[in-house]
Amino acid sequence: MSPERTASGIAAEVRAGRVTALEVLEERLRRIDELDPLLKTFLKVHEEDARGQARAVDIRRSRGERLGRLAGVPVALKDNINVRGWETTCGSKILAGFRAPFDASVVERLRAEDAVLVGKTNLDEFAMGSSTENSAFFRTANPWDRGRVPGGSSGGSAAAVAADLVPAALGSDTGGSVRQPAGFCGAVGLKPTYGLVSRRGLVAFASSLDQIGPLTATVEDAALMLSAIGGHDPKDATSSPRPVADYGAALAGGVRGLKIGLPAEYFAEGMDRETEVLVREAVGCLERQGASVVEVSLPHTRYAISSYYILAPSEASSNLARYDGLRYGAPAAAGATLAESCAATRGAGFGPEVKRRIMLGTFALSEGYHEAYYGAAQKARGLIRRDFEDAFSKVDVLATPTSPGPAFRFDEKSEPMAMYLSDIFTITANLAGIPAVSVPAGLTAAGLPVGLQLLADSFREDLLLRAAAALERERPFARCRP
Amino acid sequence: MKISPEVVSKIAGLARLRLTEEEAPLYQSQLGAVLDHMADLAGLGAAAVEPGAGAPGLSSVLREDEPEAFQGREELLANAPEREGPYFKVRKVL
Repeated sequence: MSPERTASGIAAEVRAGRVTALEVLEERLRRIDELDPLLKTFLKVHEEDARGQARAVDIRRSRGERLGRLAGVPVALKDNINVRGWETTCGSKILAGFRAPFDASVVERLRAEDAVLVGKTNLDEFAMGSSTENSAFFRTANPWDRGRVPGGSSGGSAAAVAADLVPAALGSDTGGSVRQPAGFCGAVGLKPTYGLVSRRGLVAFASSLDQIGPLTATVEDAALMLSAIGGHDPKDATSSPRPVADYGAALAGGVRGLKIGLPAEYFAEGMDRETEVLVREAVGCLERQGASVVEVSLPHTRYAISSYYILAPSEASSNLARYDGLRYGAPAAAGATLAESCAATRGAGFGPEVKRRIMLGTFALSEGYHEAYYGAAQKARGLIRRDFEDAFSKVDVLATPTSPGPAFRFDEKSEPMAMYLSDIFTITANLAGIPAVSVPAGLTAAGLPVGLQLLADSFREDLLLRAAAALERERPFARCRP
Repeated sequence: MKISPEVVSKIAGLARLRLTEEEAPLYQSQLGAVLDHMADLAGLGAAAVEPGAGAPGLSSVLREDEPEAFQGREELLANAPEREGPYFKVRKVL
C-alpha cells in the first residue's frame, strides 16, 4: 500500500519532511467531507482542533525536534474515549452536553507520539450492540454495501478505517466490539490482553472485560498503534506492570514451525458456508508457509453466550448507576423525590438496549437469583479460561472465523437474542482475558469481507501479529474505495 | 423462564428506571426469552467449579495515597446541570 495511506508510512514521511502533518490532515478532511455524508462514521469531526495539532507537529519538526512514532498520523476515536474539552456522548442522549475534563491515558499516549486526533466515531449506545444500530444519533453504513451494518459496537471506527477516511482508529472491545466490525468492514482489529492497555478515561461498560484496541488497514499499523498505546498506567489498577514488547519487530518472523489449532466448536453446523471456506483457505495459506495445523477442542464454549450475557450486563448495571442527571448530562427530569427524578431521567435518557441490559444485570444480581445466574456465569467463565489454558499448552495460536457470517442488513436482527448470538466467536477471548485479532480472510461472492480471528495466550500479541503479517504478505487485504 | 410483571417492576425500581406502559411488557417478554437461553447454566450453580473472576495474573494493587490536584476542576463543574459555586446542586433528599 502506498505510504500516504498507512499510519507507518505517514509517520515516516512526516518525520522525513517529505510531507507536512497539515497536508496529510487536509487531504483526509477533504475525503471525510466527500464520503462521510454517505457513511456517517463520525459523530463529530474536530477540524480546527485537529489543524492546531497538525500545525504544532509541523512547528516542532521545523525546529529540529525529534518527532514521535505517530508523527502527523490522523487518528479517530470511538466516542466512549475521553478527550479533554471534547464532548463524549457514548452514542447516548443521557450524556447530552458532557465535555470531558481530562484526556484518557490512551489519548495522552497518542499525543505524546505526535498523532493528530481528528474526531469521535459512532458506536452502539455505551458500546452495547453488534451493529452500531443502537446509537441514539444515527446509523453508520458498511462501506462495502451501504445497505448493511458495519458491525459494532466500534462500527464508526471500523468503517472510517475501511473507507480510508483515517489510517487508524481506536475502538473498545468488551465482547468483540473491535474485532467483529473489523471483520465486517475488512479492517485489522486487535483486542489486546486484558491489562495491556490502560482503561483510564474509557467510559466503563463491563470493567472486567473492556479493553481498548486499534483498528487499522494493515498489520504493521496495528503493531505500531499497540506499541504506542500499550504499557503500564499507575492510574488503572488493572493495568499490567509488564514492559511492552516492540510489536513491529515481531512481524518479520514468519510462521515456520508455528502450531495453529482449529477449535472444532467454532466450525459448527449451520455457519455460513462461504465464511467457513474463506477462513479455512486463510489457514491453509499459513500452513503452506510452514505452520502446522491441528484440530483442538474448547468444550465449554457452549456456555460462552450465557456467561457473557449475564456478566457483562451485571457489571453494566453497576457501572451505569452513575448516570443520574445530577453531575453532568441531560438535566434531571422532574419528580417528587430525588429517586423519582433520577428514575425519570434514566428512563428518558437511555435507549432500549441499554435499559434491557441494565434490567437483565440487575435481575442477575438480585436477591434470590444471584447464585443461579451471576454465580453460575462466573463458574462458566472459569471453565472457558481453563479450556484456553489447555489449548495453549498444545498450540501457539487458535484460528476461527471472527463471526458466523458476513455483515448483515439493517434491521435484520431485531430480536435481542439473534443479535447476541452474532458475538458467539468473539466473547470467549474477553471472558478469558486473552488477546485476539481479526484480519481480512477474503471476500464473499457478493463482495463482503470475512474476518479470520486469531487468538493467543495472554501477552502473546507478538504471535498474533506475526501470523497476521504472514497472511497479509501472501494474500494482500482487499481495499474498499467507496 | 416466566418473569412476572411484579418482578419487572421490582427490578426497574432497583435499577432506578422509569419504564413506560409499552416498555414494561416488552422487557418482560424479552428478558424471559433471554433467560430461557441461560438455562444451560443451571447445572453450574451448585457445581464445584472455581469461579473465573477478573483477569488472569492480576491481583489487587496498593500504592501510597498521595493526593494530586485535579487540573480539570472547573471544566468538571461546568458539566453540572445545576450548581452553586463549587457545589453540585440537587433537590432535597430528606
